[in-house]
Amino acid sequence: MERLKDHPILDFERGEKVIFYFEGKPIEGYTNETIAAALHAAGIKVFSYSPKKKRPRGFFCAVGKCSSCLMVVDGRPNVRTCMEYVRPGIHVRRQRGLEKLKGTEE
Amino acid sequence: MSEKMEVQLAVVGGGPAGLAAALTASRLGIGVLLIDENKELGGQLIKQTHKFFGSHRHMASVRGIEIANRLKNDIKGDPNITVFIDTTAVGYYENGELLLYQKSPEEKLVSCFPKAVIFATGARENMLAFPGTDLPGVYGAGAVQTLMNVYGVLPARKILMVGSGNIGLIVSYQLLQAGTEVAAIVEILPRIGGYIVHASKVRRYGVPILTRHTIIEARGKEWVEEAVIARVGEDFKPVKGTERVLEVDAVCLAVGLSPIVELVRHAGVYTPYISELGGLVPWHDDDMRTNLPNVFVAGDLAGIEEATTAMLEGELAALSAAEYFEIKSDEIDGMRRDRKARLEELRASRFSEKVKKGLQKLVAKKPK
Repeated sequence: MERLKDHPILDFERGEKVIFYFEGKPIEGYTNETIAAALHAAGIKVFSYSPKKKRPRGFFCAVGKCSSCLMVVDGRPNVRTCMEYVRPGIHVRRQRGLEKLKGTEE
Repeated sequence: MSEKMEVQLAVVGGGPAGLAAALTASRLGIGVLLIDENKELGGQLIKQTHKFFGSHRHMASVRGIEIANRLKNDIKGDPNITVFIDTTAVGYYENGELLLYQKSPEEKLVSCFPKAVIFATGARENMLAFPGTDLPGVYGAGAVQTLMNVYGVLPARKILMVGSGNIGLIVSYQLLQAGTEVAAIVEILPRIGGYIVHASKVRRYGVPILTRHTIIEARGKEWVEEAVIARVGEDFKPVKGTERVLEVDAVCLAVGLSPIVELVRHAGVYTPYISELGGLVPWHDDDMRTNLPNVFVAGDLAGIEEATTAMLEGELAALSAAEYFEIKSDEIDGMRRDRKARLEELRASRFSEKVKKGLQKLVAKKPK
């Protein structure tokens, strides 16, 4: 997809342009946008694969309620990427099912 | 370990209802802790670029984003209100503890025992079940608004809108403004749900509004590539042979909202199921009091409506909290009468019939 340039009503305060990583690849994002919005702007729609049937999942509610956009951010699973903002240098990857929380490995 | 904090009144949720509640409570001398999960106050108002309808006293023809800015400015200068943004209220326990998870500036848990709480936690979008419903590219209407109006990201090239209530119509218009093609709006009922003025705006762009139609499938390998729609019969079931395939890269669901009741249920608030109000809804009277003496509710949580009614309910909830704190004045009584009269005025149109029916059912469900 793309970022809107001209809008009849709105001016967007995107913040600072920074680089973060999606599955190891550098992605451009802005500090006032969520990870989900930045990925969407980069054309990335699949955020995770479901636990049982491994079906692709993406963004749905954008208010942190549906769990459809959970991803692994800097090694931490279950991050709601529609609520978490872009920070420079973070590593984001698709979550595959229910990944283990840090410190819970047996 | 959690940090402790003294709080007189906690307001959970910084949308229109919560902001109005916090401001009113503060004006009556109550110390308020206002909590919101987002990095910015304003709730869904911050994505509403359309002008409001309703009574002139209630910000008709003002855009939602401007209402949010006014309320936020008032909150900012208010010495009685402490604001925690980027903070999630994660639990409200039987002993009266409200537990907060604060994400920034420093990640920590904060524990408080507020003497009273106003919950204004809002609503979440409804899902619709059809094959492919979980594919990336099937979005809630609020999510589409967030992408496009808050972050300035185009949600799709070509979209199918499901639902012709005001949200479906307004979001379709905003998508067109942003440069997304709207393939069609499907509506399962025999008539358009929202205001005709909104419907006319999208029709002027040549978007067909298909009543008695619904989506039956979203198809695609990794994300939506096609949507299948069909006409429905009197039984609301798809009629065979009327299927049509639309080439779209997204499907937007504008099929209603449900109150976010988890926290009030933690507290022990009674939540009957009332479909006209959006599903499970906290029992409350017309002063926004619940079955618990120190817990009040307002906004979409108390029944799905819109921002102007949410603000009035927020004010009423604050007045009831004042009553609980034994703050009395003629001014308070006058405000209470005025806010109730305005609510009645706003609910006078035929679009509010459902809500009024729901509220009547709620009265009948009063717990013993």
